[in-house]
Amino acid sequence: MNVSKVLDAKGLACPMPIVKTKKAMAELETGEIIEIHATDKGAKNDLAAWTASGGHELIDSSEEGDVLKFWIKKG
Amino acid sequence: MSITPMSAKQLAEKVITKENLFILDVRNTDSYVDWKVEGEKVQSINIPYFHLLDGVEAVLEQIPEGQPILVVCAKEGSSVMVAEMLAEEGREVFYLQGGMKAWSDNLRPVKIGDLNGNGELYQFVRLGKGCLSYMIVSHGEAVIIDATRMTDVYLEFARLKGAEIKHVLDTHLHADHISGGRKIAEAAGGVYWLPPKDAVDVPFEYEPLEDGKKITVGASVIEIQAIYSPGHTIGSTSFIVDHSYLLSGDILFVDSIGRPDLAGLAEDWVGDLRNTLYSRYKKLSKELVVLPAHFMVMEELNEDGSAARKLGELFKENHGLNIEDEKEFREKVTGNLPPQPNSYQEFREINLGILEKDEEEQREMEIGPNRCAIR
Repeated sequence: MNVSKVLDAKGLACPMPIVKTKKAMAELETGEIIEIHATDKGAKNDLAAWTASGGHELIDSSEEGDVLKFWIKKG
Repeated sequence: MSITPMSAKQLAEKVITKENLFILDVRNTDSYVDWKVEGEKVQSINIPYFHLLDGVEAVLEQIPEGQPILVVCAKEGSSVMVAEMLAEEGREVFYLQGGMKAWSDNLRPVKIGDLNGNGELYQFVRLGKGCLSYMIVSHGEAVIIDATRMTDVYLEFARLKGAEIKHVLDTHLHADHISGGRKIAEAAGGVYWLPPKDAVDVPFEYEPLEDGKKITVGASVIEIQAIYSPGHTIGSTSFIVDHSYLLSGDILFVDSIGRPDLAGLAEDWVGDLRNTLYSRYKKLSKELVVLPAHFMVMEELNEDGSAARKLGELFKENHGLNIEDEKEFREKVTGNLPPQPNSYQEFREINLGILEKDEEEQREMEIGPNRCAIR
């Protein structure tokens, strides 16, 4: 996977992971992929819902210990 | 305009006193649909916070003017963000302190009545989740029944009443929330009681709650009598308190009855449930006031926010007690079951003492509705 940007949102509570993701996405071109690291468990459902509503695509996600990782392709 | 925090306790008072309240719930839609703040005069809409990052102008028309708005989210952070945006638009806004987690944890004590010899009976109403627990206080002694995870609330309440917690009882092994019973008994030096059939192989010490067992509070003034009443679980036990109250656990609720399937044995236990409700309970005095361990809908609550109804009335009005045909009853309670509570297996394991979770994980697990009844 060709990741254009990695966003560290670890330790941030809701709504910051999405606020930061949105900001970072604005700097990407369509088709580019952002990788997000977060520790707020709420980010899981919220990022998925936000991604879908924004016309982006959640390509993959994983959980490594306490860290949730997401890969989103800009739509 | 500035924003004002509203505590879960304040919200509970508004719900019970039926104050008009408009809630903007900014959690994701799945969470909102699954579980939300409800009340007769509560009106709520759901707009996830991540649709409001660029501002609230687009949704202002959905939010009534001239009345206070409560913004609610899972923990608090997003509701503060959205509340600030609304305040900038000139609205009077509150946010729920601690979010739905705090709402889930809130307990509201209501006095149910006076007992023999200056005794008192309190019901702790967990409005967010519909769990009901009890404290009996008499002559400097207290007994707690079906305590929730928020053990400090009971410890503090007993302290204020000047009562020492002597006994802590669970009507059954809970499968929809975490029992605080064992922890309270340990903290207060009291005895923890559990029905033995629900406690097979538990790794902790407990006193077996057997049929006919009598426990007294405050120098024999108040008697708690155990009645074996299986059906929700194989061990489910009810209590008659001071010859006046029937603590029915998860067997009988105000507007519904318990479900027999939370240990995966609906077919096996439906007969027990039938027998308990239609035979054992039928022989009890109709004057007993039923105090269940749950309520499902706000309509089950009385004006003072308590859930309590005379057994005689329930035999007239509760649909689950009025299915004469045994076969029909069987089909009703095994064939048409609501989804099982979130994480119910894990709740059982924690309450059995065979699974450990830290406090935050426990709180997280309990988020969501309770689904213990069949209506």
